[in-house]
Amino acid sequence: MADHSIEVKGLYKIFGPHGDRYIEAVQNGMSKEELNAKHGHVLGLKDINIHMPSAKIQVIMGLSGSGKSTMIRHINRLIEPTVGEVIFQGQDVCKMSEAELQEFRRHKTAMVFQKFALLPHRTVLDNTLFGIELQGVPRGECEERAKHWLKRVGLDGFEDNYPNQLSGGMQQRVGLARALTNDADILLMDEAFSALDPLIRMDMQSILLELQEELHKTIVFITHDLDEALRLGDRIAILRDGIMVQQDEPQQILLNPADDYVTDFIKDINRVRVLEVGSIMSKKKAAKGPKIERTVVIEDALQILSKASVPEAAVTDNGKTIGSITIDAMIASIARSKSTKKDGVNYK
Amino acid sequence: MALNDIIPKILVDFPEMSRGDLRDFKKGIDETFRTFTRANGESIENFFYPLKLFMVWFQKLLVGTPWPLMILVLAVLVWYGSRRRSLVIGTIVSLLLIGYLGMWEDTMKTLALVSVSTFVCITIGIPLGILMSKSDRTQAIIVPILDIMQTIPAFVYLIPVLMLLGIGKVPGLIAVCIYAIPPVVRLTNLGIRLVDKDVLEAADAFGASPKQKMISVQLPLALPNLFAGVNQTIMMALAMVVVASLIGAHGLGSNVLKAVNNQYLTLGLMNGLAIVAIAIVFDRVSQEFGKRLQKHSETIHG
Repeated sequence: MADHSIEVKGLYKIFGPHGDRYIEAVQNGMSKEELNAKHGHVLGLKDINIHMPSAKIQVIMGLSGSGKSTMIRHINRLIEPTVGEVIFQGQDVCKMSEAELQEFRRHKTAMVFQKFALLPHRTVLDNTLFGIELQGVPRGECEERAKHWLKRVGLDGFEDNYPNQLSGGMQQRVGLARALTNDADILLMDEAFSALDPLIRMDMQSILLELQEELHKTIVFITHDLDEALRLGDRIAILRDGIMVQQDEPQQILLNPADDYVTDFIKDINRVRVLEVGSIMSKKKAAKGPKIERTVVIEDALQILSKASVPEAAVTDNGKTIGSITIDAMIASIARSKSTKKDGVNYK
Repeated sequence: MALNDIIPKILVDFPEMSRGDLRDFKKGIDETFRTFTRANGESIENFFYPLKLFMVWFQKLLVGTPWPLMILVLAVLVWYGSRRRSLVIGTIVSLLLIGYLGMWEDTMKTLALVSVSTFVCITIGIPLGILMSKSDRTQAIIVPILDIMQTIPAFVYLIPVLMLLGIGKVPGLIAVCIYAIPPVVRLTNLGIRLVDKDVLEAADAFGASPKQKMISVQLPLALPNLFAGVNQTIMMALAMVVVASLIGAHGLGSNVLKAVNNQYLTLGLMNGLAIVAIAIVFDRVSQEFGKRLQKHSETIHG
């Protein structure tokens, strides 16, 4: 399969009329506060380097103002970087001409927005085929493809409604169908589910995961919700004040938070339901006990052990034993990693 | 002691141009314009000739059509535009009344003038509004011109129009257009500029070219404002028909003018009210039509 990974290298964004003037100062260590106080410019992103794997879901997390929406807009260059590279299939998006960029946006990327951004004057069907209509696909084929994806996201029979006639969750399904109809390699999702209520959000996450199993797109998913990040992400990157704090697999972030900010972020997570035995097992292979697949979460693993009334189990990867896990190790891992700072530290 | 006695004379009497200089100044400009008129009057007239033909043809069409057919056509148009039965009945009744009171032909002439000038205003005004919405600099240049067009007393620009084109239908039409075009330009510009930024970003993200963005996103979403502009343009065109009759635009306006000159109260009132009747019909139809284009904005869910 073709490589659809995205490589972001040395990306800086300084907001303001003369961002490029201060880039050197920032590279030499000028802080966000100093830049704002001295020059009235806002540091949006600072030295972002990230490899977003092909056909995986890369989650970018952060609180509001951390630069995550700025970050995702650099991938299809809705925001011009001050310096840096965004490389896809050997091409630097930041160096593309207007025409190349237009082609890139039409065929390689599709985006889903937090506020849906549907066209209110178009029906659901016409919204869904908007992207391929821009590509110049003939009307008949447009309708066929749009109908297919509307069906996939469960909007059968709503083709002739207007967005205003639908609930938020349904509107975002249209947004998702519009992006999928584009059949692009990259799917950019900017807090796509944040505006939805919790149940609908879970629902949409399931739809996305289900679709991803067959589509294998490179998905960049922005969120401020850690539960969502853990559920969807193959990899998670955490931003704070425009700086990349940590990027790793979800399990690793839970087990080894890079700093207090991340620790604070993950402290309220229900670790029993998220941590997998594979990430806390020991390499020592157990001689006896039940077999537990490595992706099983602690909650389920504890029950298996308790039912079998044994303190130890073998951990398997596709049936092959790769290590072992004990009840004690599991209980130990549930304990939150302690922040070195006191509780209630404020991160703006 | 009066204040005037102690301050220098130059602060009391305005240091105005000498009478001779001023006369020469005015004369110079007048002469230049007159020469320009003499040199170019014909070519300018030729330039507007197609418009004149169109205007004459359209007026003849309206006046020449038998009145029952005309009422039927108008009633159908009103129905198509507004889908409101009361408005159709109102239109028919007022037209019958107008005819009965002997103002049919003049009303048709006014209708022709207003229709053609609205058409001209829209064909020039909407592209101009689009142009304005695309660049702040263009906007900065056009806005003051529109301000002048709307505030300068109409009689003032009647003079050059009259000098260039003489008395007749086209000068009347141009005078109406100068007065009536600003709203459609302004509101087209405003409507496009007010389009939701999120939706525009989505269009960008899917790779829309500027032209695609204008046609399939910006213009459709600017329609409510654009229609308000067209509606205002029609109203202002109707308001100008009396002034335009000063330079030869026939119709209800010239009757009002005659009534003013001769103190014919009833003639003035009748023709004035006929203008009002047409105005109300135009206004309601264009508003209803604009509303119907927006039917997608009705929300059904709770």
